[in-house]
Amino acid sequence: MSELLLEIRNATKLYTQRAAGGVSREVVALQNFNLNIPKSPASIITIAGESGSGKTTLAQVVLGFTRLSSGQIIYDGQDISTADAQQMKAYRRQVQAVFQDPFGVYNPFYRVEHVFNAIIHNFQLARGNAAKAALIEDSLKIVGLHSEDVLRKYPHQLSGGQRQRIMMARAYMIKPKLIVADEPVSMVDASLRASILDVMMRLKEEGISFLYITHDLSTAYQIGDQICILYQGSIAERGRTVNVIDRPHHPYVQLLVDSVPAPNPKMKWKGEITLPPEEEMRSSIHSGCRFYPRCPKHMDRCLIAQPPLYQVDTVDHEAACYLYAEDAIPTDVPQSVSV
Amino acid sequence: MTNADIHSDAHAPILKVRNLCVYYETPKGDVLAVDGIDFDLYEGETLGLVGESGSGKSTAAMGILQLVVQPGRIAAGEVILEDRNLIGLSENELRNIRWIKLALIPQGAMNSLNPTMTVGAQIKDVIVAHEGRQLRGDLKARILEMLSTVGLPGRVYELYPHELSGGMKQRVCIAMAIALNPRVIIADESTSALDVVVQRVVAQTLLKVKQMLGVSMIMIGHDMGLMAQMADRVAVMYAGKIVEIAPVAELFADPKHPYSQILIESVPSLQERKPLKIMEGITHDPRNPPPGCIFQLRCPFVMGQCRVDPPPMRASKTGHLVACHLYEVSEDGELVNVRVAARDT
Repeated sequence: MSELLLEIRNATKLYTQRAAGGVSREVVALQNFNLNIPKSPASIITIAGESGSGKTTLAQVVLGFTRLSSGQIIYDGQDISTADAQQMKAYRRQVQAVFQDPFGVYNPFYRVEHVFNAIIHNFQLARGNAAKAALIEDSLKIVGLHSEDVLRKYPHQLSGGQRQRIMMARAYMIKPKLIVADEPVSMVDASLRASILDVMMRLKEEGISFLYITHDLSTAYQIGDQICILYQGSIAERGRTVNVIDRPHHPYVQLLVDSVPAPNPKMKWKGEITLPPEEEMRSSIHSGCRFYPRCPKHMDRCLIAQPPLYQVDTVDHEAACYLYAEDAIPTDVPQSVSV
Repeated sequence: MTNADIHSDAHAPILKVRNLCVYYETPKGDVLAVDGIDFDLYEGETLGLVGESGSGKSTAAMGILQLVVQPGRIAAGEVILEDRNLIGLSENELRNIRWIKLALIPQGAMNSLNPTMTVGAQIKDVIVAHEGRQLRGDLKARILEMLSTVGLPGRVYELYPHELSGGMKQRVCIAMAIALNPRVIIADESTSALDVVVQRVVAQTLLKVKQMLGVSMIMIGHDMGLMAQMADRVAVMYAGKIVEIAPVAELFADPKHPYSQILIESVPSLQERKPLKIMEGITHDPRNPPPGCIFQLRCPFVMGQCRVDPPPMRASKTGHLVACHLYEVSEDGELVNVRVAARDT
């Protein structure tokens, strides 16, 4: 038995883009990504990045919706690409998902109770009506809802926040080890977001880890334990959320943290930033640091090879930037350091 | 004291909205999407309009632009732009106001561009439709200048929308909005759905354009962080009504309405890790609002009076307006919390 719940090793996902005239080119969605999630204690691991950074691709490969081009995803010592049907079923039970759109995941023709009944039936969670009702009530309680208030309702009768909490309750009912939450709060109103984040914290107390995928650094800052910030498929910086956001090291992460609009009229953005033209942004895909065209501190060596992760600041805080090559100690094998 | 008196010493409002009501017809009765809102927009200011989805922000914008479509209708009210009431004007008269005086940067601006036309041709269309035919060379020079105003390279002129990134498309829409030098721009969620860094670039473009042209702007959105960065004053909407209007610094430092307080407390911050503030999401049926205050079902301070009388808008001398029974205007023009005052005496 492994100490690790989930181990992602050198995960790479390439998509082939076919252009007119039969020329195809490969787009790297995720490149040599490594992540370890320990069995205990449960933690909330944030994967953050802009659109196109590979964060949703990561969610899809972890959930088994798409296969890696190379690399491995190892769950509890078992590589999921070689798992048999039975192991796969167990994996699907222990790794649950909550998606972005709390409107699209429901079938509008069924009452909310259908969501729970279907899953009880599929995984044979309870026998008899009393046991089923108790199980549902128990799951709803942890997300702060009551069965008599929601079960007989149709999805359109509930708020986005309530719907998303029901999805969390559904995931919790199966007692998974890991929940992959892909932008669970981005479509929920600001005043209701806190209730969903609170449910995530409570489920963590119950021993469920989260892979929290988001573009919103501020919610990650409020609840996350560890954070990985992706830039065009590679990790730019990772470490404890508070360290990374309070003291960002990678120039991209510095720009990102600095650009989050502060909800304080006295703290206005300082200085103006400009973006390079699009074609330049994509030029360095195969060689060197991908942030080179936008980087205010770029050096010649950045073009030669992609920078590995260097330790900065504290032990578990790493940034993939040559700025930290000399004075920092490169971690021996940068790709396989646990988060 | 009415809304207009407060700023009488300052510059005059360019846009006045009075008792605007926009209702959507449904088989079970009208949905009161915008239910009697009043506000002024002053020369050169940016007024933020915030509220959760369904609070009526976008419908209010459509009401101001006279773009409400069936099953919606403008049930009552006045929209006065430079002393002219837009409500009741004919389509032809409106044509001379839209774009020329009142421009919109639509929600999801990236999808509002025509995919079959180049950027240059689309902007040209807007100008020719309103100003008539003109010399091709002049027109192109003017469009290139507009593109550079919003920070886009000249080659964008020849490109189709699908060749641009989201942030670039958004800036093309800003360029189109300023093409005819309007007096008022309404930006509906103009930077949502963009990455944080790109959002900042687009937001800063908007600020720059606003300062350069001295145009007034209504900025609709739900991101309080962005409001703090961009707006001069902020109006908070809840369930079709404006519950509070205040200068941005005052709203963030001292929100008065219980809903504004919750809204501002629930903004996650990168400065401090604080406990989550949870609020229940029960709202009334928008077809049938309860008598009295519209926020009574969610309000932590609800009183007997709130269930009977709708609270009037009360204004402080600094131009802080709030519709809540908790506040009275004192003799020196401050908003005083009656409950706190009663406890202290």
